[in-house]
Amino acid sequence: MARIAGVDIPDVKRGEIGLTYIFGIGINRARKILLEAGVDVNTKVKDWSDEDQVKIRAIITETIKVEGVLKSEIQLSIKRLMDIGCYRGLRHRKGLPLRGQRTKNNARTRKGKRKTVANKKKAVK
Amino acid sequence: MARSLKKGPYIDFRLEKKVDALNDNGKKNVIKTWSRRSMISPDFVGHTFAVHNGNKFIPIMVTENMVGHKLGEFSPTRNFRGHIAKKDKKR
Repeated sequence: MARIAGVDIPDVKRGEIGLTYIFGIGINRARKILLEAGVDVNTKVKDWSDEDQVKIRAIITETIKVEGVLKSEIQLSIKRLMDIGCYRGLRHRKGLPLRGQRTKNNARTRKGKRKTVANKKKAVK
Repeated sequence: MARSLKKGPYIDFRLEKKVDALNDNGKKNVIKTWSRRSMISPDFVGHTFAVHNGNKFIPIMVTENMVGHKLGEFSPTRNFRGHIAKKDKKR
């Protein structure tokens, strides 16, 4: 059981994969970190020695932003966009895609589940 | 694709000249402009620009946070007010 950057407990995976369980670390960064710490990317997380773990931890805390810090930074930059009232900020407010994608259909990631609007009722009588 | 750093930010020459003139005189006039493509440089902070959106000029008070964005980003060209509400839903 290795506990790095707070909550994350990756285990039986290879080192480079295990590190990607941390928010803010992808495969690329994981490889760089392990290279710098001098740990083979293929060693399983459980086979890391204590020194390795200390090194990896030090590299992560010193060089990159992960987890909560990173998440709050993202939120802050989104808030900044919304506060200055620029186009991207407006799109964030409305929950629509930011980068000029079509919204006639698709764009479901941003818009969420389809909200069906009922058809016009037929005139009875 | 982002603009090459080598070239530096793009600001319409005439607009830059106007801002410089205002800065030299220490005045704060509203600058009418069609140049939506111009980047907001740090010199622009505190000035008010009326940026054309194809229909009318939208006044924009430039703050420090806006530096690095383009003027056009603050002057929306589309006006979507929502779909027509159903009559019976209103009642």
